Amino acid sequence: MALSDPAVTGRRDPGDGAPGGPSARTAPALRPEPRRRKVKYNRREAIAGFLFIGPWVIGFLVFTLGAMIYSLVISLSDYQLATDLITRFSFDNYARLFSEPKVMVSLSNTLFFAVMAVPLEIAFALGLALLLNRLGRGAGFFRVLYYLPKMTPSVATAAVFLLLLNGNFGAINRGLALIGIQGPQWLTDPAWVKPSIVLMTLWTVSGTMIIFLAALKNVPRDLYEVSSLDGAGPVRQFFHITVPMISGAIFFNMLVLTIAALQVFDQAFLLFWRDQTSAAPESSLFYAVYLFQQAFRQFNFGFAAAMAWLLFAIIAVITLIQVRFGNRFVYYEGGRD
Amino acid sequence: MTATIGTPSAGPSVQSQTLSVAETGGRPRAPRRGVRSTAVRLILWVVLVGFALAFLYPFVWLLSASLKPRGEVFDNRLIPQTLVPGNYAEVWEQLPLLSWMGNSLLIALLAAGLVTVSSSIVAFGFAYFRFPFRNALFGLVLATMMLPGAVTLIPTYLIWNQLGFLGTSVPLWGANLFGSAFYIFLQRQFFLGLPRELFEAARVDGASYWRMFWQIAAPLSIPSFIIVFIFEFQASWNNLQAPLIYLNFGSVENFTVPLGISYAMTQFSPTNGGQGDYQLVMVAALLVTLPMLILFAFGQRYFIDGLATQGRKG
Repeated sequence: MALSDPAVTGRRDPGDGAPGGPSARTAPALRPEPRRRKVKYNRREAIAGFLFIGPWVIGFLVFTLGAMIYSLVISLSDYQLATDLITRFSFDNYARLFSEPKVMVSLSNTLFFAVMAVPLEIAFALGLALLLNRLGRGAGFFRVLYYLPKMTPSVATAAVFLLLLNGNFGAINRGLALIGIQGPQWLTDPAWVKPSIVLMTLWTVSGTMIIFLAALKNVPRDLYEVSSLDGAGPVRQFFHITVPMISGAIFFNMLVLTIAALQVFDQAFLLFWRDQTSAAPESSLFYAVYLFQQAFRQFNFGFAAAMAWLLFAIIAVITLIQVRFGNRFVYYEGGRD
Repeated sequence: MTATIGTPSAGPSVQSQTLSVAETGGRPRAPRRGVRSTAVRLILWVVLVGFALAFLYPFVWLLSASLKPRGEVFDNRLIPQTLVPGNYAEVWEQLPLLSWMGNSLLIALLAAGLVTVSSSIVAFGFAYFRFPFRNALFGLVLATMMLPGAVTLIPTYLIWNQLGFLGTSVPLWGANLFGSAFYIFLQRQFFLGLPRELFEAARVDGASYWRMFWQIAAPLSIPSFIIVFIFEFQASWNNLQAPLIYLNFGSVENFTVPLGISYAMTQFSPTNGGQGDYQLVMVAALLVTLPMLILFAFGQRYFIDGLATQGRKG
């Protein structure tokens, strides 16, 4: 939510200021932003506009706003799917969040995973992007190769990594043995469960890389030329030119990757929780997996909805902190608003 | 920016650098630099090829495992000792892969087609028309992008349950009738780039608003339509969680490919009394990946463009 405000204000200018922006229609003189409030809307046009955005309005009312209210109601009640009845309202589901040990276990697992995965993803993706950017000709070829894992369905990734990561005969440990390292039991040792999911996440990091690559392309060449005349080496240039100039992309990726990491489901589910009959190490119990189990295996919808709101609150707080912190270090070309 | 670089501490080094250039006249340095940059390029290529191999290894491994007999799936040879192309015939008998593929394809086409049309209609509404609260509503569209999927997961399930669509594929594409925030944003950006004179001229000619969208804006926006379509097609084809929630009961025939493979992984597992026929899982995993690789081969440019737009959003 917090992010949307600067986003909207930032976007208004290119949209309406563009040649033939929406305000050009009735009176071109009215184009400057401040005076727009006084504009009288053309009735026919306004009605047509509402009809065009109608599908979204309906979808929003049902599947976003309606769903949120629905979720709030069932989380605050003793709703049962079987009877489809609510007999009383209480905060029991929210109280249970703190008494059910698995909630905190899965939450700390998830936070731990995010803290490990996000910086690694950023560093790896940025590293690859820098290499590709440096290469110039031929970069397109590698970009295509690096992007392939991103196209792979998570179920295929999981099926392959399930075997690659096998502690006894998996290819990864065989490879490590070649250079004299005794590989860990990736999939059964509680300490290595999360690193193995991080590894799979890193394999599909190319989406982030593409965003970095696009940002790097926009850094003006002459900044590097001028600074090298001033005697700045590559390391200095990286920290004083590259990082500030792409800070927007770093910030965006960090935000998106953090939100994704806090909701990670597919890999953990496929590797550890798909099979209900076999036991999985508790350190692989991610928040989204536990939420799924509570809702669609145990049918504790009220409790699962409360879990979802807790996750929402945590994501909102983390995002807010990141936006606060980010605004301090993100460099906006031409200033911010 | 240059001000930040020219910090006082950089002073001496700047001087010595200019001095040395002046002394050598710049010329003798040139060949050395050439050698160095060739060496740098070589190292760059080696590193990039190394990463490429690391990224591709699982694909090669998958292909080779899919051609091995049951006992050798784990042997990590990239060239199978015993070649069993018959796996590719057997998989259709062991698993209802054909109906899974049909289901996945139908759902992905519906999901992608519907969201492309609905999002572009809504985007045109936001881009072209002036109406009260337009900017506030568009802000709301952007705000919904920040809402974690987990929050609406359960109520959405309950809504589809109330409507009686559980066990059907409707929940996997139904919500796409109403547009999707990121795609609305993306297509609005595209529409805003179209010259407004086009629409004014059509208006003078008496074209209706719908015709302005359908016969002027839409044909000019094919590239952004393709971006939205292939992004959603991929998302739908790869989706695991939604089929798990809405289709994971009743007939196995109704599964999508990802759900089916997840099911097969469990069924074939020795802990469930299976034979450990992982070579068939590998065939299925390869077959579910292949359409995405083909899609990427044809739509590469659009994927890259779409992602770059996503970055610009921030």
